[in-house]
Amino acid sequence: MLNGTEDEEKWLAEGIAGIQHYAFFMHRALDSNNLREALKYSAQMLSELRTSKLPPHKYYELYMRAFDELKRLELFFKDESKHGVSLVDLYELVQHAGNILPRLYLLCTVGSIYIKSKEAPAKEVLKDLVEMCRGVQHPIRGLFLRSYLAQISRDKLPDIGSEYEGDADTVIDAVEFVLQNFNEMNKLWVRMQHQGPGGVKEKREKERSELQDLVGKNLHVLSQIEGVDLEMYKETVLPRVLEQVVNCKDDLAQYYLMDCIIQVFPDEYHLQTLKTLLSACPQLQPTVDVKTVLSQLMDRLSNYAASSADVLPEFLQVEAFSKLSNAIGKVIEAQVDMPAVGAITLYVSLLTFTLRVHPDRLDYVDLVLGACVKKLSNIPKLEDRRAMKQVVALLSAPLEKYNDIVTALTLSNYPRVMDHLDIGTNKVMAMVIIQSIMKNYSCISTADKVEVLFELIKGLIKDIDDADVDELDEEDFKEEQNSVARLIHTLYNDEPEEMLKIICIVRKHTMAGGPKRLPFTVSSLVFSALRLVRQLQGLEGDIVGEDVHVTPKKIFQLLTQMIDSLSAVPSPELALRLYLQCAEAANGCDLEHVAYEYFTQAFVLYEEEIADSKAQVTAIHLIIGTLQRMNVFGVENRDTLTHKATGYSARLLKKVDQCRAVYACSHLFWVDDQDGIKDGERVLLCLKRALRIANAAQQMANVARGSGGPVTLFVEILNKYLYFFEKGNGQITSSAIEGLIELINTETHCDSTSPDSISDAFLASTLRYIQFQKQKGSVAGEKFESIKLFSI
Amino acid sequence: MVLVLALGDLHIPHRAADLPPKFKSMLVPGKIQHIICTGNLCIKEVQDYLKTLCPDLHITRGEYDEETRYPETKTLTIGQFKLGLCHGHQVIPWGDLDSLAMLQRQLDVDILVTGHTHQFTAYKHEGGVVINPGSATGAYSSITYDVNPSFVLMDIDGLRVVVYVYELIDGEVKVDKIDFKKTTATTHSAH
Repeated sequence: MLNGTEDEEKWLAEGIAGIQHYAFFMHRALDSNNLREALKYSAQMLSELRTSKLPPHKYYELYMRAFDELKRLELFFKDESKHGVSLVDLYELVQHAGNILPRLYLLCTVGSIYIKSKEAPAKEVLKDLVEMCRGVQHPIRGLFLRSYLAQISRDKLPDIGSEYEGDADTVIDAVEFVLQNFNEMNKLWVRMQHQGPGGVKEKREKERSELQDLVGKNLHVLSQIEGVDLEMYKETVLPRVLEQVVNCKDDLAQYYLMDCIIQVFPDEYHLQTLKTLLSACPQLQPTVDVKTVLSQLMDRLSNYAASSADVLPEFLQVEAFSKLSNAIGKVIEAQVDMPAVGAITLYVSLLTFTLRVHPDRLDYVDLVLGACVKKLSNIPKLEDRRAMKQVVALLSAPLEKYNDIVTALTLSNYPRVMDHLDIGTNKVMAMVIIQSIMKNYSCISTADKVEVLFELIKGLIKDIDDADVDELDEEDFKEEQNSVARLIHTLYNDEPEEMLKIICIVRKHTMAGGPKRLPFTVSSLVFSALRLVRQLQGLEGDIVGEDVHVTPKKIFQLLTQMIDSLSAVPSPELALRLYLQCAEAANGCDLEHVAYEYFTQAFVLYEEEIADSKAQVTAIHLIIGTLQRMNVFGVENRDTLTHKATGYSARLLKKVDQCRAVYACSHLFWVDDQDGIKDGERVLLCLKRALRIANAAQQMANVARGSGGPVTLFVEILNKYLYFFEKGNGQITSSAIEGLIELINTETHCDSTSPDSISDAFLASTLRYIQFQKQKGSVAGEKFESIKLFSI
Repeated sequence: MVLVLALGDLHIPHRAADLPPKFKSMLVPGKIQHIICTGNLCIKEVQDYLKTLCPDLHITRGEYDEETRYPETKTLTIGQFKLGLCHGHQVIPWGDLDSLAMLQRQLDVDILVTGHTHQFTAYKHEGGVVINPGSATGAYSSITYDVNPSFVLMDIDGLRVVVYVYELIDGEVKVDKIDFKKTTATTHSAH
C-alpha cells in the first residue's frame, strides 16, 4: 500500500515537472508572439493530463497547474494583435492537436473567448463543446475536462439579462448545456465504479466521493441561473435531473445527487415539486439510504416553515403532510430490513415537520404516532439504545411544542408508543413528562386525564416484571418518587366529586407501589384529601337539597385506609403525624368519634412503634399540641386523652424532656378562647409535677456529676407560672411565684452549681418582663404589682 | 444594609409541588446575605436550591424534614441584632405569642423567627420582635385556613430593621413593611 502512495507521489512530481518544463517553453513562445510554438508547447504540456496513474486528489493537483497555465494562454489568444489569427481560424487551428485531450482543452479555451467576443452565438459554441468532449471517455480525465468546460463557460451562459442572451440564444439553451454536461459527467462518474482491476471496493468509493462535487457543481450552476424559475424547474430541470439520477442505477451517485438537489434548490421549489421528488424515492436502488434523504428534506421543510408564518398556507395547498407521510410509509414498507432506529428517526423528522407546519392538527400528530406504533408492533422487543433515544425524542416533541401535557394526553397513540418502551426508557420518559408538567406549572383537572397520565408513568409508580428496583441508585429512586409526590399536587379540580375521583384514581395506582414507594406517595395524597375536606367544610352550609355524595366522613374513611397502609413499610412516625393531621381536620368537621379514633391510632403507634427517645419527644409534643387545639371532645374523651398524654410525658426517658413535656401538658387544661376549658387546679398540678421532676433532675445531676444541672428548667417553669398568672389562673399566687424566684436564686448561687450565663440571662429577661408588666397599668399591672421582686 | 431572607414550611413534596413562579423569579442568587429557614423544607433538593440563592443558610428542624439532624433552635448575630430561629412545633400552644415570648427570653434574642402555623405574623413586645414568615408555598395547614404563600425579607441597618413581607394574594405579589428599632446595642445591661 505504502509503495503505491510512494509511486503516486513520484508520478505526480514527474507530471508537475513536465508541466513546468513545457510551460517554460510556452511562455517563451507567448512572449515572442509565436502562435505556432505556443500551440505546440501547450499541447505537450496538456499531454501530462493524459496520465492514468494518478488517483483523483493527485490528478487534481496536476490539473490545477495546467489550469493556471491555460489562463495565460487564454490571455494570449484573446489579443488578436499578438498572433494575428482570427478567432474563427483559431478555433479551427487548435483542432489539429495530435491527441484528443490536449485538443479539447485548447478548444474549450478558445471557445470561451469565442463566445466572449460575440463573434459566434453562445448556444452554438457551447453545444459544439459539450458534444466534442464526448471524445474523452476515461472517467477521471473526462470529469476534469468537463469540469474545466463548466468553469470557463459559467459566466458566458445565455441567461436572462446576460449579455449573451439573444433571440436565438435563450436561457433554455443555457439549461440544456448544463444538463447535458451534467448527464455526461454523471455517466463518467458512475463508470468509475465498474472499471479497472478488481481492486478494493472501499478504495474505489473513496476515490469516487473525492470527485462528487465536480458532478454536483452542475446542479449549483442550474440553481444560480436566473432564468430558471419555478416553472422551468418543475417542467424541465427537475424531471431531467431525476431521470439521470434514477437511470444511472448507482447507489453512491443516487444518494449524493438526491441530497444535492435538496440542499441546492430553494425550499419553495421543493414544496411545489414534492410529488415528483418523492416519486423518485421508491425508484432508487434499494441500498440507497432513502430515509436519510427524506429526513433531510423534512428537516429543510420544517425550517422553512419555521422561518415565517406566511409560507404555511403553501404547505396546506400542496398537501405536504399527506405526501410525505405516504412516501415514508412506502419506504418503510419496501425496506423490510430497515433497522428500528432508522424508521423511528424518520418518524421523528415527520413529527417535527408536522408540529412546525400543522401544530393545530392534533389528528396529524396522532397519525404519525400511530404509524410509529405500527412499526414498533412488528418488532418483538426493542432493545437498541439509539432507537430508544429516538422514541424518547418522538414523545418529547409534542410536550415541548404544546407546553401542556393535557394536549399530549389527548393523543390516543401516545400511550401506545410508550407501551413499547422498556422499563428503563419508560421511566426516563415518565420523568420527562413530569418535568414538563412542573416547568409549565400545568394542572391536570379531570379524572380520565389523570388515569391516562398514571398509565403513562407506570414505570415510576410500580415494579413491572420484577425489574431492577434494587439496581436503581438510592438517590435516583428518591428523586423519582419525590417527583411523583410533587406531581400529585398538580392534579386538582375544584369540583369535589371530580376531585374525589382523581384522588381515588391516584390511590388505585399508587397502592401497588410497594413499601419503598408508599411513604412518598401516601403523604402527598393524604394532604390532597385533607385539602378536599377543608373545601367541603367551607361548602357545608351552602349545599341545598341535592344529594351530596362527597362527604368529609367518606374522605376520612379513605384517609384512614391510606395511612393504615404505611404499616406495611413500616413508617410509624409519619403515620402518627398524618393521623394527628386527620384528627385536627375531623375536629374542624365536628366529628368527635372520628377525631377520637385518630388519636387512638396515634397513641397506639406511640406505644408500640416509636422507640427512639428523640422521636418520642417530638411525637409527644405533636400529640399535646394537637390535643390542645381540640374543641370537639366531650369531657370523658378529653380526660382519657389528656391523661394518656400527661402519663407518657412523665415517662419520657430523660428528666429534662419529662419536665418540658409535662409543663406543656399544662396547656391542655387551659384554652384561651371563650368556651375553652380553664381548669386552674389541674394547670397548677401539672406545673408542680414539672417542678418536682426538675428538682429530681437537679438532685440526680448532683449525685451523678458532682455539680448541679442548669437551672434553666426552673426558669422555664417560672415563665409558665407567669403565663397562667397573667391569664388569670387564680390557683397561681404571687407568693408561689416569689417562692420560685427565690428557689432559682438559691440554686444559682449554690456552691455545686456551675455558672451558666444562659440561664442567668433568661432569668434576667424574665424579671424584666415582670417589671414591664408592673408598669403596664390597669388590671395586668395591679396583678403583677403583688409580686415582690427583691434586687438581685 | 444586610438582607436576610426568612422563609419556611415549604412542605415540598408532601403538600406542595414547588414555590410559586412569581416568588421563584424574585429570589435570585447574589442579592441576599443570609437565609434563615424555620424548617419543613422537606427534602434535600429544597436545601440545595436555597443554597444556590445564598451560601449562608441556617435551618432548624421541622417535624416533617427528611434531614433529622437540623438543630431544634439556632441563634446568630447579624449586625446589631441577635436572631433566634426555631420551627415552632415545640412551643405549645402553637402560635401563642406569650409562649413564643418565653422562648425568645430563653434564647436571649432581639428577633425570634418561628413557623409552623403557616400564617405570617410580626409582633413587637417588650422583649423584642417575633416574626413568622408563613409558608413560602402556601402549603396546607391544620392550624391556618386559607394560607397565602409568603416570605419575609429583613433589611438590617444599624439599630433598625425593616421587615418586608411578600404575600401572594389572588395571583399578585403584595408587599408590606414594618419598622423596628432597637433602643440599645447588642450587649444587654441588666436592670
